[in-house]
Amino acid sequence: MTRELFLELFTGLLREMIRIRRFEEKCVELYSATKIRGFLHLCIGEEAVAVGVVGALSEDDAVVSTYREHGHALARGVPMPSIMAEMFGKATGCSGGRGGSMHLFDASRRFYGGNAIVAGGMPVAVGLALADHLSDDRAVTVCLFGDGAFAEGEFHESANLAALWNLPVLFCCENNRYAMGTALAREHASTDLAMRAAAYGMVAWTVDGMDVIAVREATDRALEYVRDSGKPCFLELRTYRFRAHSMYDPDRYRDKSEIATWKKSDPIPALEAKLVSDGLMTPAEVERWRAGVEAEVDAEIAAAVESADAAPLEPVEDLLRHVTTEAADGVALLAGGRST
Amino acid sequence: MSRRSTMTVAKDAAVEAVTAPEVSREASREASPEEAPATVTTTYREALREAHREVLARDPRVFLMGEDVGRYGGSFAVSLGLLEEFGEERIRDTPLSESAFTGAGIGAALRGLRPIVEIMTVNFSLLALDQIMNNAATLRHMSGGQLSVPMVIRMTTGAGRQLAAQHSHSLEGWYASIPGIRVIAPATLEDARGMLGPAVEDPDPVVLFEHGSLYNLSGTLPVDPVRVDIESAAVRRAGTDITFIAYAGGLGKALAAADLLAAESISAEVIDLRVLRPLDDATIMASVTRTHRVVIVDEAWRTGSLAAEISARIVEQAFFELDAPIERVCAAEVPVPYAHHLEEAALPQAEDIAAAARRAVGAHG
Ligand SMILES: Cc1ncc(C[n+]2csc(CCOP(=O)(O)OP(=O)(O)O)c2C)c(N)n1
Ligand SMILES: [Mg+2]
Repeated sequence: MTRELFLELFTGLLREMIRIRRFEEKCVELYSATKIRGFLHLCIGEEAVAVGVVGALSEDDAVVSTYREHGHALARGVPMPSIMAEMFGKATGCSGGRGGSMHLFDASRRFYGGNAIVAGGMPVAVGLALADHLSDDRAVTVCLFGDGAFAEGEFHESANLAALWNLPVLFCCENNRYAMGTALAREHASTDLAMRAAAYGMVAWTVDGMDVIAVREATDRALEYVRDSGKPCFLELRTYRFRAHSMYDPDRYRDKSEIATWKKSDPIPALEAKLVSDGLMTPAEVERWRAGVEAEVDAEIAAAVESADAAPLEPVEDLLRHVTTEAADGVALLAGGRST
Repeated sequence: MSRRSTMTVAKDAAVEAVTAPEVSREASREASPEEAPATVTTTYREALREAHREVLARDPRVFLMGEDVGRYGGSFAVSLGLLEEFGEERIRDTPLSESAFTGAGIGAALRGLRPIVEIMTVNFSLLALDQIMNNAATLRHMSGGQLSVPMVIRMTTGAGRQLAAQHSHSLEGWYASIPGIRVIAPATLEDARGMLGPAVEDPDPVVLFEHGSLYNLSGTLPVDPVRVDIESAAVRRAGTDITFIAYAGGLGKALAAADLLAAESISAEVIDLRVLRPLDDATIMASVTRTHRVVIVDEAWRTGSLAAEISARIVEQAFFELDAPIERVCAAEVPVPYAHHLEEAALPQAEDIAAAARRAVGAHG
């Protein structure tokens, strides 16, 4: 690749990570201001996974994610205003205000949510891949989940099924070393997750999830393998969440020093440093470039907040919509509802 | 009838959802006039915690296990501090494996231990439903009475905190349809404090539902715990014109509706079911026989609900006592939506209960 191409790729990855980081920092503010309610799970610290994995997909690929999915949705191209409006519970939200932060959906971008039952999305990912396989599609279904989810039966059943039937699923385990307050070694007898996944008959390997370039390269390779072979593949992306599990979590179970150590490998400054060490930019150029990007991103975020604020609520009369198909909805077959 | 405690429901139900702010362990003992028992100021959450401390201290066979019950302090902070007090063997953090650790609780119970299994919310209990239904509830019968499963399964239920569909369902009515288990739902401080003890002593599996919007309910309790049963319903407010039947999160709303109606000179009696299986038919029918009108409040979907079951029983057992059709105020038949106004509209509210009561009282008979 030429210098220009490297520069374009690296700054593209960096820009998207900054965009996600600042978006989520804004979410924290909006949560304190009670504009966003319910549960809010941030991926701050884990942006390299969102950008490296999801950014590598083609339009035809599908994504199945979890409640910690703002980064995945943004990287997939789900428009920021529709995500923000969703978190505000507005009609213009990507799920019509019915899902909130944990349930972002965008069928037009094959973004299948936003699942808040840990491991609940995995069998669905297998089914999406089955359909692609049966229709001779070369699409890959990417299934993102945590280290905690790896302990659920649904993971093990899904991994076996995908491997048994040779289905094009790319399992991406975002190993941030904790499932809520339970550390990796307290949830798994054997903490080498990639090795365990390989035991199902899948190609599997471990990736430095704090290095967006490594994540991107690994994902490119994995996608190529899945597309060519039609078989599933597993990536264990080793990462860390800088924030608590959710806004309710007082984070009593981690050492401050552990967090500080991981912050030294923050994927954003790490890539900035690489731009300099690879001779693609001078430190002053990085500074200037970053200031420009931040201004752009902040403007995009401000516009999203403004439009979400101004957006209408779904009318209460529409409460019973979208339970079954719209055609039946007119008659509201099971509208029983409240006592009137 | 159990003793009333004074209580207030925290207004902002969202704050208590997961992990409450640090709660003070010190009980403030109020100066007590001679005959009044010494009381302690507490919350539903703390009362549950005290109940755990009591059974853990009393019975070495008791242990607690579930996701994040130890180091995290419990996803709703019920078990905060118990790990430090009772150690890792008895306060066991589990991996995310609802089916395995619930089943392991069943196995331990078969062998004579008294496990308390915490499942974070009823929504996730569906991953353990096979174990609860096909093993815990069934082993005694299927083995011709040879086996006994003395365990308690605790879980949070209920909506109202903008947690959206996968965290907001009220499925206790489903559990209440399963023979072989007892289902209890404390709605008051004394029940939060008192129901776990008898549940642990029960030789059969007991499923205990904690309503997510009750954890911050605060008030006073006697310092010496009041012994409560896990058999009967309780009349929480006496009245003459209509009976409200409610439980868990619905109780506060039914009491609020009774207040609204009192201003209109309609006197509502409020029954707290407390025990969802087996149902205390006697208390229900006695009340209906006094008031001749009924509103059943249920945060679950109306179709096939506990409200439906109670309604059927009233029709079977007290049909000729009724002066008006039975009213049910249930959740709308929709997965609970996130947006505040939609969620509120989906759930029974005090005003809906009052409106149903006015209809019943207005209906002639
Ligand atoms: C089946 C189920 N059990 C429990 C929970 C509660 N819960 C939500 S997230 C979480 C931790 C999941 O950890 P992990 O899979 O590592 O993902 P992370 O949150 O670290 O991204 C738990 C226990 C749930 N949502 N679903
Ligand atoms: Mg994790």
